[in-house]
Amino acid sequence: MSEQTTNPVGKSVPRVDAYDKVTGAAAFTDDLQFGPGLLFGRAVRSPYPHALIKRLDVGPALELRGVKAVVTGADTPGFIGLYLKDRHIFCTDRVRYVGDPVAGVVAASEEIAEEAARRVVVEYEELPAVLDPLQAIQPDAPLLHPDLGSYDVVPFIFPQPGTNISNVFRVRKGDVEGAWAQCDAVVADTYRVPHIQHVPIEPHVAIARWDLSGEVTLWSSTQSPFAQRDLIAHTLGISQGDMRVIGNYIGGGFGSKAGVSMEALAVAMARQVPGRPVKVRMTREEEFYCCFVRQGLVARVKIGGTKEGRILALQVEYYWDAGAYTEYGVNITRAAGYSSTGPYNIPNVKTDSYCLYTNHPVGGPMRGFGMPEIHWSIEQSVDQLAEALAIDPVAFRQRNCVQGGDVIVTGMTMHPHGLSECIERVAQRIDWGKKEVPSAPHKRRGKGVAACWKAPAMPPNPGSEAWVRFNEDATVSVGVGGQELGQGAFTVAAQVAAEALGIPYEWVRIANPVDTKYSPYEWQTVASRITWSMGNAVKAAAEDARRQILEIVARYWDQDPGDLDIRGGEVVSSKSEQSLSLRNLVVYGLPLPDDQGWIGGPIIGRGKFMPTYVTGLDPETGQGARAVVHYTTGAQAAEVEVDLETGRVELLCIAAAYDVGKAINPEQVHAQLEGGVVQGASSALLEALTFQDGRPVNASFVDYRIMTAVDAPQRILTDFVEVPQDDGPWGARGVGEHPMIATAPAIANAIYDALGIRFNDLPLTAEKIYLALQGA
Amino acid sequence: MANHAITVTVNGVKERVDVPSNMTLLEMLRQRLALTGAKNGCGAGECGACTVLLDGEPVNACMVLAAEVDGAAVVTVEGLAQDGQLSAVQQAFVEEGGVQCGFCTPGMLISAHALLQRNPRPTEDEIREALVGNLCRCTGYTRIVRAVQKAAQGGVE
Ligand code: FES
Ligand code: FES
Repeated sequence: MSEQTTNPVGKSVPRVDAYDKVTGAAAFTDDLQFGPGLLFGRAVRSPYPHALIKRLDVGPALELRGVKAVVTGADTPGFIGLYLKDRHIFCTDRVRYVGDPVAGVVAASEEIAEEAARRVVVEYEELPAVLDPLQAIQPDAPLLHPDLGSYDVVPFIFPQPGTNISNVFRVRKGDVEGAWAQCDAVVADTYRVPHIQHVPIEPHVAIARWDLSGEVTLWSSTQSPFAQRDLIAHTLGISQGDMRVIGNYIGGGFGSKAGVSMEALAVAMARQVPGRPVKVRMTREEEFYCCFVRQGLVARVKIGGTKEGRILALQVEYYWDAGAYTEYGVNITRAAGYSSTGPYNIPNVKTDSYCLYTNHPVGGPMRGFGMPEIHWSIEQSVDQLAEALAIDPVAFRQRNCVQGGDVIVTGMTMHPHGLSECIERVAQRIDWGKKEVPSAPHKRRGKGVAACWKAPAMPPNPGSEAWVRFNEDATVSVGVGGQELGQGAFTVAAQVAAEALGIPYEWVRIANPVDTKYSPYEWQTVASRITWSMGNAVKAAAEDARRQILEIVARYWDQDPGDLDIRGGEVVSSKSEQSLSLRNLVVYGLPLPDDQGWIGGPIIGRGKFMPTYVTGLDPETGQGARAVVHYTTGAQAAEVEVDLETGRVELLCIAAAYDVGKAINPEQVHAQLEGGVVQGASSALLEALTFQDGRPVNASFVDYRIMTAVDAPQRILTDFVEVPQDDGPWGARGVGEHPMIATAPAIANAIYDALGIRFNDLPLTAEKIYLALQGA
Repeated sequence: MANHAITVTVNGVKERVDVPSNMTLLEMLRQRLALTGAKNGCGAGECGACTVLLDGEPVNACMVLAAEVDGAAVVTVEGLAQDGQLSAVQQAFVEEGGVQCGFCTPGMLISAHALLQRNPRPTEDEIREALVGNLCRCTGYTRIVRAVQKAAQGGVE
């Protein structure tokens, strides 16, 4: 413990996990060793996007030497899902996407499992497939879920039985129809966003063991150990007390490892071979379309404003291509609806956001949770309207962006935040308004800007819990249930605990891996909620421990606890100027004078946090007192150079600024912003999961490219402002997802500035731009 | 399946291993030698998470058969630190924030290490070029590049 960083909040201390990660010591789920008893599971997957299962014969697989068991839908009749229980673990009678699991084989090796999976005989009767959301919403479209009306669903999601609509969210605010007449300009357009995939470098992996005692253990690479415990236990009839989920370090999640996707397969397989661990590991191909993908979107936008520069009215229809199961995705539709204005104060709003079943892979949470998709249309529409009104896009955004105290789209009053400042900073960073000279005559330069907002999308009451426990030398173990998926959650937790306790950062250890048997509760590591929510719980736990220590020492010194403090790991008295090391006293307590006994004992502090103030919204109008806990806002600007001969876009510079409330660790904020910008830029220029008749055709790194070190922009200028959140730890709110949101529209607006061509559909490939240039 | 008895020096230690003909170097490292630093991100030579040094050259261990490395010397991320001291490039990754989820990190470190061995003063473009086979989804590469630059300035042992 050479370095001693006191009061670490606000300081860029190094990550708690960095040393283990650079030495190869950090254990990821696939690194865990289970010895020679380990078995391997493999799913048998549907080759059809939509079909009935007519016959299933597992006999030929079972005959293979080394095969231990086969499991089918008959073994897993229950439904599973986070918000809407609309899927089986293994299909029972129908498959709904290419990749839908119909059976699982368990074998002594991966090779045997693969061979056995090929031997399972499945006869299908193909059904007409629904491959487009606009087709899905037609009254005569084939129905994917005829039993939609019987599925369990949370109260804020509204499935429409007898249709492919699994949720609808409406906003009716002001008088949109009446407002158009008062507008000096109205623009309308349709935007499309394809399915993309999260592409964590670590594929999903899960190992399950079903003990003879009834305890079930699942080791999984998951953002959601507790949600997996709850959902899998519920569906398989296990007591939550007997279902244990252990989550090691995660090699990237971005939402793909939230909720339950493939993990239940391993648990269902392990039930067939009690006492033996069964490992299921996604191949890279499976990773692309068998876990979650980002939902596709068709967005119709009509927006109007006055020549004074006010946006008066907005009408949007969102048709979400949500895939075969929407158990998680239904809430993306809802989030898109209640944030449908983007970060603008618009008095008249009409929104219809539809979650539509299609025979595409399962649409699930991905970084931004609907916001990158809707901002793709909003932020280009805002630019179009600004142009129609002949107003500068930056000035137009400044005039309309939501301010603290405004009543926003859902009727909620906006809290103070720094969006205006963010817009100003990114505009400055790229010299907004200054025309740059292209590097060659066949190139064109342009600049674009985009703003965004995003609220944590979750149920009204997701909880966080934490504990801090002292060791003899006054180092501290901090128990958390939130996951470290690269974003730095453990580092932030350690900073928060050290600051609140009054001890150096270097004295804190995070009690990992997260293990639902021992770790405190955390709903899920999603929604950019961990710094805020788990941070609050850790702070409360540290304050609880601190209070206990001060009471003991106050009694020992015969002083008032209010006169004592902990600083640099010592209890100090402002009254008597006495000081006392925390060592030993935090475990063994303190002796009373004259050998009259002892006081204190091992210190353990506990804390929790759960928002209690989020209200319901009217299902017809989307109005209510408080739709969400808060919004994180921000802006990005891009400068691009487009090669007219190839259509290639070079990202010269991307500037990003977000209001994080308080940067607990400034360098980690910058790191999150940089990573998000590049993931956003990659989705903007390169990424789309493409299908032929419902079959994915580019499910490999060769065919589905993500940005490499060579493609990524070299100049990424990141920045943050700090307008504190009233209920965040030291004012902090989350920013993990946000830098992905504004990137693509800022780039599109810059390309428009360069070429005068508006691209409505992602991605902005060189080929697409080249063809548009030929047409122009 | 035929088994091959091979001798291979891994991180300076001579190992004798029996490997089936279809076993990859990556599988041998992870399963037989419990060296799980090198990761499997695709198993197809496309992500670089499994990068190790084979006789000093960076290779995708998922694309090399274990039987072929008989007599060779392999260095994995576990072999970069010497006597408990991080190498310059490891140290720079810690200090510059080149690590987020950490899954690409072992492969990145090996590729960066190999680059600095053959080119102690690389330009930014040379660094990015050298890392093009190592995909990272978390960092956006900025801090990784900066870490390699820092390691280069500090010199690599
Ligand atoms: S695992 Fe070897 S290159 Fe991806
Ligand atoms: S740090 Fe996560 S993939 Fe590079």
